[in-house]
Amino acid sequence: MHKLGMTGLSLTSSLFGFIASLLPTSGFAKDIPDNAQGFDHLWYEVMVDITIIGVIFAVILVYFMIKYRRRSPDQEGSQKPMSAVSAVGWSVIPVFMFLADDLYLAASGWELYNDYRNVPENAFEVQMEAAMWTWDYTYPNGAKTYNELRVPAGTPVVIRMTSRDTLHSHYIPDFRIKEDSMPGRVTYIWFYPQEPGEHVVTCAEYCGLLHSKMYGKITVMPEDEFTAWYKNEGENLEQAVALN
Amino acid sequence: MMNVLKDWIFTTDHKKIGLLYLIGSIAAFALAGCMALLMRTELSAIGPTITDNPGDYNVWLYFHGAAMILGFQIPALTGFLANYLIPLQIGARDVAFPRVNALSVWLFYMGIVLALMTFVVPNPPDVMWTGYPPYSVLTPGNTALYTFTVLLLGFASILGGVNFLTTITFMRAPGIGWNQLNVFTWCTYGAFILQLIFVPVLGTAVTMITLDKYMGTHFFDPAAGGDVLIYQNLFWFYSHPAVYVIFLPFIGIVFDIVATFARNRIFNYKAAIYGGVGGIVLLAGEVWIHHLYVTGMPDWIRVGQMITTLMISIPVGLLFISLVGTLFKGSIDFRTPMLYGLSVIFLMLIGGLTGIPLAIVSLDLHVSDTYFIIGHFHYVMAVAGTFSIFGGVYYLYPKFTGKMYNEAIAKIGFWLSFIGVNTIFFPMMIVGVTTGMPRRYWDYSQFPDAAPYHTIMGIGAGIIAIGFIVILISWIHGLFKGTPAGDNPWGSRSLEWTTTSPPLAHGNWEAVPTIAEGWGPYEYGTDKA
Repeated sequence: MHKLGMTGLSLTSSLFGFIASLLPTSGFAKDIPDNAQGFDHLWYEVMVDITIIGVIFAVILVYFMIKYRRRSPDQEGSQKPMSAVSAVGWSVIPVFMFLADDLYLAASGWELYNDYRNVPENAFEVQMEAAMWTWDYTYPNGAKTYNELRVPAGTPVVIRMTSRDTLHSHYIPDFRIKEDSMPGRVTYIWFYPQEPGEHVVTCAEYCGLLHSKMYGKITVMPEDEFTAWYKNEGENLEQAVALN
Repeated sequence: MMNVLKDWIFTTDHKKIGLLYLIGSIAAFALAGCMALLMRTELSAIGPTITDNPGDYNVWLYFHGAAMILGFQIPALTGFLANYLIPLQIGARDVAFPRVNALSVWLFYMGIVLALMTFVVPNPPDVMWTGYPPYSVLTPGNTALYTFTVLLLGFASILGGVNFLTTITFMRAPGIGWNQLNVFTWCTYGAFILQLIFVPVLGTAVTMITLDKYMGTHFFDPAAGGDVLIYQNLFWFYSHPAVYVIFLPFIGIVFDIVATFARNRIFNYKAAIYGGVGGIVLLAGEVWIHHLYVTGMPDWIRVGQMITTLMISIPVGLLFISLVGTLFKGSIDFRTPMLYGLSVIFLMLIGGLTGIPLAIVSLDLHVSDTYFIIGHFHYVMAVAGTFSIFGGVYYLYPKFTGKMYNEAIAKIGFWLSFIGVNTIFFPMMIVGVTTGMPRRYWDYSQFPDAAPYHTIMGIGAGIIAIGFIVILISWIHGLFKGTPAGDNPWGSRSLEWTTTSPPLAHGNWEAVPTIAEGWGPYEYGTDKA
């Protein structure tokens, strides 16, 4: 009975967490979330969760294997048929324990997912068109780069993606984010580069011969450097248009 | 000699058909395993090692995946084990439609021949076992070969489904009720329900890509009003349930092995059957979106199927508790089949639990399509499935040959394979989540940190290869040097062990077996033999 009560308690609390995650989170002045950090945190939590479950099962298994090993050739097992009450108990209690853990994990996963999908308002927007086997980026001022995306540090970046030929997946491991790009649909990812540096971007959806060679880099530049580069690119573009 | 050959080709005996499935699927396993060895050697260091053409690698990978799933696991479980065991476990003289059964195995062999043409045609298919468009439509590779291999093997599955559902429903010996069936029989029943419902969807999907490629339709061409994502939805609407088509029979045979070698009744049988098997059959068709978490599907369905996917842990958990509980107060004998059976529980534990982060959509955004996923599904499906098939072969070996294999050779083969798979697939998961290296890569110069892991995995592949050779030796050695096994060497209470070894060619028993009041396949520790 006590066991059942505990299960009910944890079930109720995870249901509350579940419902809480449904409530709108926008409208508050909120810091921009760091999803890579959010990922690492939740990943760690889930690893702890599954390790505990795994170790419990493994310990019981090994204990049974040692304790109930056969001692004489004719020995048979002595487990008794189960009474209806304990059969129901051994079904219902585990079902609710698993369900409680599932709903708890689903709620935490959903919360982080909202952060992944809600693009901050001030995000710097870049268009990306993928093709076998290149990433083509177009910036708001019309500037273009290939296989290198340049972004300013300290500003969230959103990439609107599509593809000229087949499926590709724009994957930036350091920012823990990917999404497929495909012909006929527009998808998006956003990430929040905070420090200057370089990060690998690589293709994660099989796209033929040179799939493994379809990679480039995300260059996060100090804000003033980026602004200078970006302005320069824009001016060059204007001159080129004027010359034509 | 000709007579023997004719006898085997035109046989309608479920036991011979089962063995034909076994031979064909083990051959597919060996060949697909060679592809894995080629891939592991290629990846053992950065840069080209044995081929500088990524196209070669893509064909190996295509063949490895397609042959392992469609040519080895599904036929070995629902072809070999189901054919051989089910009529014997339910006290039937054969399956309901023996000639349809023969047609299934012919279609299976034709599928294998078609798959082998990969190595003969000028532009071999390179579409992976998933065959996603637009690539499968754009590629110069021969996608039709992929389509027709899938269709032939799919027809074989549908026929098998009709046959076995009818057999189990109507041909049980008088006195065997639904609650007295072996867990393996129940699991296969569930698996064939899934096959009947979902295989036609796969058939439709692969037919559509061939129509697009060769007949000028535009199902998946957005420029003409098509949509690329329809295929992935159709494909995974079948192919996730296909995971359970593999999972159910393999966990079923593990149940039978564990009960036999612990000489114990199944712990909470009804929860395992109605909660575990039933729950999986009910949930199987509502979770496919977790294969499409990063494809830009709408948020509501991603979150919705995250919840249904996590709920798969409930029926699987019930099966687990039942399996572990079956050891409680048992009498455990660590013969080779039992080593395989117990190792599957450990492999499933690792593979099943690492499925939990993958079910969570926000975590999948990082690890989807990386080596983490390859590690996970090899543990949970590929290796656990293969180990239960090998365990099943050793378990039934005395029944279908009448001889006993050599225990020492068999155990060496087991331990080599067990060490080998863990040397490959555990590092695979680590490299996936720490470096983020994606799957289906011929080279990985952008991930230099992954190199040492790949070297270790290469060694693991070599250990498995040696292990498999030892296993093959033990099977062949037993055929020639094995001592007579007797009818019931394991002391099992299950019906298949009441026949002679090997069982009578026609009808299995002299007369329909009589079932005593209160009989059950797991009634150990009582007098009701």
